[in-house]
Amino acid sequence: MSAPLLQMDGIDKSFPGVRALHQARFDLRAGEVHALMGENGAGKSTLMKILSGIYQPDAGEIRLDNKPVQVPSPRAAQDLGIAIIHQELNLMPDLSAAENIFIGREPRKRLSFFTDDAKLNADAAAIFETMHLKLDPRTPVGTLSIAKQQMVEIAKALSFRSRVLVMDEPTAALNDAEIADLFAIIARLKAEGVGIVYISHKMDELKRIADRVTVMRDGEYVATVPMAETPVERIIAMMVGRALSDERPPAPEENGREPLLEVRALNRGAAIRDVSFAVRPGEILGFAGLMGAGRTEVARAIFGADPLDSGAILVRGKEIAIRRPQDAVRAGIGYLSEDRKHFGLATGMDVRDNVAMASLSRFTTPGGFLREGAMSETAKRYIAQLAIKTPSDRQEARLLSGGNQQKVVIAKWLLRDCEVLIFDEPTRGIDVGAKAEIYKLLNALAAEGRAIIVISSELPEVLRLSHRIAVMCEGRLTGVLPAGASQDEIMRLATQRGETSGDTRPSAAMGGRR
Amino acid sequence: MSSTTGTPAGTAAPGAAAKARFSGAQQRLLAFASLIVLVVGFSLASPNFLQTSNILAILQATSVNGVLAVAATLVIITGGIDLSVGTLMTFCAVIAGVVLTNWGMPLPVGILAALAAGAASGVCSGTIIAKLKVPPFIATLGMMLILKGLSLVISGTRPIYFNATPGYTDIAQGSLVGTLIPSVPLPNGVLILFLVALVAHIILRKTILGRFTFALGSNEEAVRLSGVNVDRWKIAVYTLAGGICGVAGLLISSRLNSAQPALGQGYELDAIAAVVIGGTSLSGGRGTIVGTLIGALIISVLTNGLRILSVAQEWQTVVTGSIIILAVYTDMLRRRKV
Repeated sequence: MSAPLLQMDGIDKSFPGVRALHQARFDLRAGEVHALMGENGAGKSTLMKILSGIYQPDAGEIRLDNKPVQVPSPRAAQDLGIAIIHQELNLMPDLSAAENIFIGREPRKRLSFFTDDAKLNADAAAIFETMHLKLDPRTPVGTLSIAKQQMVEIAKALSFRSRVLVMDEPTAALNDAEIADLFAIIARLKAEGVGIVYISHKMDELKRIADRVTVMRDGEYVATVPMAETPVERIIAMMVGRALSDERPPAPEENGREPLLEVRALNRGAAIRDVSFAVRPGEILGFAGLMGAGRTEVARAIFGADPLDSGAILVRGKEIAIRRPQDAVRAGIGYLSEDRKHFGLATGMDVRDNVAMASLSRFTTPGGFLREGAMSETAKRYIAQLAIKTPSDRQEARLLSGGNQQKVVIAKWLLRDCEVLIFDEPTRGIDVGAKAEIYKLLNALAAEGRAIIVISSELPEVLRLSHRIAVMCEGRLTGVLPAGASQDEIMRLATQRGETSGDTRPSAAMGGRR
Repeated sequence: MSSTTGTPAGTAAPGAAAKARFSGAQQRLLAFASLIVLVVGFSLASPNFLQTSNILAILQATSVNGVLAVAATLVIITGGIDLSVGTLMTFCAVIAGVVLTNWGMPLPVGILAALAAGAASGVCSGTIIAKLKVPPFIATLGMMLILKGLSLVISGTRPIYFNATPGYTDIAQGSLVGTLIPSVPLPNGVLILFLVALVAHIILRKTILGRFTFALGSNEEAVRLSGVNVDRWKIAVYTLAGGICGVAGLLISSRLNSAQPALGQGYELDAIAAVVIGGTSLSGGRGTIVGTLIGALIISVLTNGLRILSVAQEWQTVVTGSIIILAVYTDMLRRRKV
């Protein structure tokens, strides 16, 4: 066992009103991938921001190579060989890859005032070479895929000759092939003796690459265990502080009722090709598929956010024309976007205003004034009903955790009496404990007779929730599977490219249609 | 909304949106084409338009706004805005007047004083923005009023004439090029505009200051997290812009042979208009000096051409306003298509 490269001990950090870290600790060996886990708000990010000089600890010690060090600024962290790759990539989209990598350290010439761009690009190319990355250093970063942008961040970290590399949810936006590339690079870095701190919620990934895992909860250190020998359930139990109840998919509902929502032959360019399906009241229809399969596009089209080339949308058997989102809302269709912060929530406004947002006309007096009392009352009712954890209905939405923000968005659509609810990645960025609650809520909403569509890239989630599973690939609905389908069956349909199958499975593809 | 159309599962949308930012060259091309169309149109409409004297008049009229627009471009690329360029120009002119006329100092001292006054004001704006974290709009709005007031106070609200400084009018109105090549009587004001633009272009494209100018506008937080002293570079950009406003102050007072303390307000909007028409993004991170020059020329050509066609002055501003909206709208259309 090698001596630790890095040790953090007894770290305390408080923000006004919140104790973010209490006696937190962490150690990292050279050449290991050490996973850092914990629910959102457990203090992982704060600890890593202290390590990288963004925050200063109130107490505690950081030792590098067994020598105490101070990290007063990001610059100091870089000089010590500590690099962090943030979840929200910190790149300058208008600058080239090479310019991004060497920002603040540009090679200079003539009076140190002019940049030496030839050397800049050559140096960047040399780093890409060591990463086996084919990328022109002069490419503007904004034109690159998220995966490539991440590689640029890694190249930047390598350019500092970093010995400690912190990666915060690096695979959140990557597809499987890109994840494989990333892991290959991580393996090479490991071999060179770089210590890697890997923050992620994705257990299967951690099983693949992590050597050890440290779990944090409520700002405190819980335990450090070897990844390979520790069962997933035990790690989850350490994270949430209790064992989660056994999770089984709900029994499929076989009601013979008319579909609440039916779509026929939707088409939009190459993104949506001849998609038809139906959802009955009380049913949860899961949508599985790889990234870019067209699931979000279908949802947005049904919601009127994007125009359709052709196709029909029927609610309760009646065809309705949906040209704008407000048409969809009027027909009782609610869409919960995957990007809550951008499209779902007014994060600077309070819970009450967010809940009432889509139904403000109901809370307006004839004179145009808002009936704040009624809004408050309604918001409080949903806070209780959905168990939203918030100090009051006047709390700003941005201060809630991801899971509770999601519930606020759900409340908004429930208040609008939406009978059809489309959830796009409902648990993205939500921790394990809150996920279970969202699942319970979705089941309850379905049991009340609503039709629910759940789009998810996490297969276990789709399998656990859905009564039927629609699978898409390259804009086509390649099949609809019953609950209890295996992951293999789904993956087969999700990768079924082209028209090879012709019309051999129309019964499957047409699912709920009779 | 529709900008995310067709991107897989929405996740690639940020990349796609960023991608759109790189076709600024198209906007410049569009601006340049508009300039050509305007010139051709006006020459067909009036035989007087293309005469050498008129062309020189257009260029001379562009010089002050062009220099101010170059200053504004630097600041706008950082994602900021500078509303004080107009009154700062006047302030610098007044300082030159005080130094030359009231104190009787030699011409070079007056020039240096004007440039120094501009740079000092830039240091103030930059410090207020970088250190006190006051949003650039507010900070420079405040500076705009402060400088306007100071100009009036220092000058005693009266114009300061440069009659005692022979050669002062030559700064803008003489023709160095004309003495060397008699057939091209290019006024010094225009020459100075081109020089300022050239220097600014080189600084933006080739120097460390330029790199940080773009980086700040592109993602300031990323620059900060890269361990760069963000505040220092931001102050440097505002300082450089302030110094350039000093050049504009010398130009305008040379043309008028006087520092007019009541002048200045309103110039900042013409400058920003030129920047925007030239394809520089108000959200920062991208922009070019060439585009800004074209933008400034479009405004001058419009003003001059409409005057030659005897369109009332009132209508000229209506047209300029419409051009600004049209320029930004076409820019957005183009981005949506990507």
